[in-house]
Amino acid sequence: MTPSASTTTRTNTGTATTSRGVLGTSALRPDGLPKVQGRFAFSSDAWADNMLWGATLRSPHPHAAIRSIDVSGALAINGVSAVITADDVPGQLTYGLIASDQPVFARDVVRYAGEPVAAVAADHPETARRALAAIRVEYEVLRPLVDAEDAIAGSFPAIHPDGNVIRRQRVIRGDQNFTGEVVVEGTYEIGMQDQAFLGLEAALALPDDDGGGIELFVATQWLHEDQKQIAACLNLPTSNVRLTLGGVGGAFGGREDISLQVHCCLLALKTGRPIKMQYGREESFFGHIHRHPARIFMRHHADRDGTLRRVEARVVLDGGAYASTSSAVLINAVTHMQGPYTCDIATVDGYAVRSNNPPCGAMRGFGVVQACFAHESQMDKLAAACGMDPVEIRLKNAMTTGDKLITGQVMESVAPVERCIRETAALPLPSALAETPDVLALPGGSGLTARTSNIKRGIGWGVSMKNLMYSEGFDDYATARCRLADGVVTLQFATAEVGQGFVVLAQQIARSVLGVDTVLLEPISTAIGSAGSTSASRQTWMSGGAVDGACRVVRERLFEHVAAVHNIDSLRLAINGTDVVDTMGALRISVATASRDLVLDETFEHHHRATEELDENGQGNCHVAFAFVAHRAVVDVDTELGLVKVVQVATAQDVGRVLNPLAALGQVEGGIAQGLGLAVMEEIVLVDGKMRNPSFTDYLLPTALDAPDVVVSMIEEPEPQAPLGAKGIGEPPCISVTPAIVAAIRDATGKDLARVPVRPQDIVFG
Amino acid sequence: MTTPQQSGNEFFSLTVNGMSHQVQDAWVGESLLYVLRERLGLPGTKGACEQGECGSCTVIMDGEAVCACLVMAATAVEADIVTVEGLSPDGEPTDVQRSFVDAGGVQCGFCTPGLIVAVHHLLDRNPTPNELEIREAISGNICRCTGYGRIFEAVRQARDARQEQVHE
Repeated sequence: MTPSASTTTRTNTGTATTSRGVLGTSALRPDGLPKVQGRFAFSSDAWADNMLWGATLRSPHPHAAIRSIDVSGALAINGVSAVITADDVPGQLTYGLIASDQPVFARDVVRYAGEPVAAVAADHPETARRALAAIRVEYEVLRPLVDAEDAIAGSFPAIHPDGNVIRRQRVIRGDQNFTGEVVVEGTYEIGMQDQAFLGLEAALALPDDDGGGIELFVATQWLHEDQKQIAACLNLPTSNVRLTLGGVGGAFGGREDISLQVHCCLLALKTGRPIKMQYGREESFFGHIHRHPARIFMRHHADRDGTLRRVEARVVLDGGAYASTSSAVLINAVTHMQGPYTCDIATVDGYAVRSNNPPCGAMRGFGVVQACFAHESQMDKLAAACGMDPVEIRLKNAMTTGDKLITGQVMESVAPVERCIRETAALPLPSALAETPDVLALPGGSGLTARTSNIKRGIGWGVSMKNLMYSEGFDDYATARCRLADGVVTLQFATAEVGQGFVVLAQQIARSVLGVDTVLLEPISTAIGSAGSTSASRQTWMSGGAVDGACRVVRERLFEHVAAVHNIDSLRLAINGTDVVDTMGALRISVATASRDLVLDETFEHHHRATEELDENGQGNCHVAFAFVAHRAVVDVDTELGLVKVVQVATAQDVGRVLNPLAALGQVEGGIAQGLGLAVMEEIVLVDGKMRNPSFTDYLLPTALDAPDVVVSMIEEPEPQAPLGAKGIGEPPCISVTPAIVAAIRDATGKDLARVPVRPQDIVFG
Repeated sequence: MTTPQQSGNEFFSLTVNGMSHQVQDAWVGESLLYVLRERLGLPGTKGACEQGECGSCTVIMDGEAVCACLVMAATAVEADIVTVEGLSPDGEPTDVQRSFVDAGGVQCGFCTPGLIVAVHHLLDRNPTPNELEIREAISGNICRCTGYGRIFEAVRQARDARQEQVHE
């Protein structure tokens, strides 16, 4: 069977480029032209002859026992080829990223509204929809566990064999009886945010003719993790489940977990035909995990001069029905409660609990977003209590390299916190609101709602630190292969390109290391070893390190070859532009000439340094490295109607080294927009475990009119640990911008805003 | 009720990118978006919300920018439809397509075809949009990756390049 997707996937990444485009330049992405011309094949564009459409039946109840499932009505519909339920899963009945606790299909009980119960394959999406409507499921509705405190208190019967507490973790350090001269406290809430990537979940599964294997084109963040989980559920050897990355329309954490992968493969194996599955927007809200809603109590102790001495915190994350990455999100939250500030004493207690709410897991910022909203709100309270301004108190406590964290881990990363704050403060402020402004520039926009006399301007600050890569002993290595032949480099890796631009970075690395112009990219697939996940701000460091390593090994082989031909020591050779040069002699030959009739082919794995699990007091070297950022937000608030316009965000970000200025700027601006969304717009609203707004009509996302002006300063202090000196830059932009915007709204209104998103009623009546 | 694949031998024609396409055996409920993507082999137009909120499926219908997800295909028989594929039929990128790549307006690229169509529509109507006019014109196209900054820059570059041509 020859899928059309395999050829289109090749064109996605196989574009040659002849520009020099080395590291440090704004080299253009190789997938740019196909994307603007509509030629780029996203996973939803995959197509095969004779394919059927798959669709999923989901529970309408957040908690119910399944008494019976009758699929006969669906099977009787002309055009329906298969209906599958839990009884059709040949292998492991559950899957999951950390704990395998989520059923492929619910069998006896459903634990959240939207949980898959059955799936169908049909000749048309409309036939599939009718088939789902014809499946009769008899439910006995059970009382849902929807309050995280009920899970902690043990007052609710276990809703899952693994219990209602997914993980509890304390971080205890220093004198537990210490009381500061100044004490401030507060309880903060963070709403459930959705990744809302534009490219909906989609896959095409192609069964092998003998039914003993399968090929899957899918939009995901980590091909090899998917492969492992899918193979276990299908009861197939891992090597018989072959994955190729379908074009990915954004991810932001929402594609770390399995969604439709296993269902799609099961239907393909059952029918022996290609199956295409794609979610609609509403189903997407049910089909992937979300950012954990959180409730965080914090108490800060300081000296009268503002010196931070102790943080106390109680962190509660609602993980929803299944564990996903909740335990790792919790670790991030509890280990980041001090923020980017020196602090010797900590008393942190954190819970990630199970409930009958939709499952939560990874989203850009991964636990640190929640922690940061709490600690930054607290820093402003502390500043006020000490009679200091928000910048002054943050500068006074700014962390530096060599500090001991509340986990006891020494901050070994470059930690330019003070510089982040100072450079942000030095960025220009926006001009005042015009006397007769265009209505589109006002809070509320063209609704013509705001009266300029009701508009108040405010300024707020947020500063954050974020761990990079996976933590707690996990070896999330990355693999890359480099082949040099006749002056052309071909790279291969399984790194999920989800929009971040790794495809261009990989080309830049190869051009810099090997002095070539043309860098071809193989399809991104499981044909090579794992690259780990595109998450945790890790691919520039990890897959970048792997590509760099593979290219360097090839360069060594090339030098050995040239040295042998010219009878000199290979250590004398270097790359200069597109030439191999003898640094101690006159030899200069182009890489193209030097590599003629040669094939140098090397594979390299990059591993970061080892980390440790936390002990019961939350002590241990659990993180690999950290990055820092400061945000200053300026808002206009219509105090009468509670409407907010974010006018400007200024930011200075610790990036180590800028490898592609254009791509880096895009990451910063994009992250800021997502943090703005959490601050004032975005929340999945739940009532008794049921989602009330699973659509883009009701779940509001920042538009072009909501986007603030963004002014950016990149702080380049190369990170010695990082293969290219560059830190990951994906997550920091979206973390402290949220508290900065809320602080600005507080500044404008005087209201004590303790939850995000800030809603109009919070401003008007809060 | 007929099932989607039993609707007989009826057909209708759509005029897309200057060519007449016969649509055979379509179910009457199919949107223009579905027919473009699944029946006419034009997957450049993307679907991301099915409610006309995100603009990913923007096409030009009789000179107006519309969301193809909200148009029933069978009602578009009289219309002249232009999709992203129709903007650069010979493969040579348009000025707007080029500026999106050069200015960094493309990340995941899923919203991009709809934005490209919307920006062409804007600059054809208003060759010199100011900042707020640019923002307003694309406020129906949601982008989740870029935060819009590089997209604004791409529109400015395309606008300014066209103005330079006018003045030369």
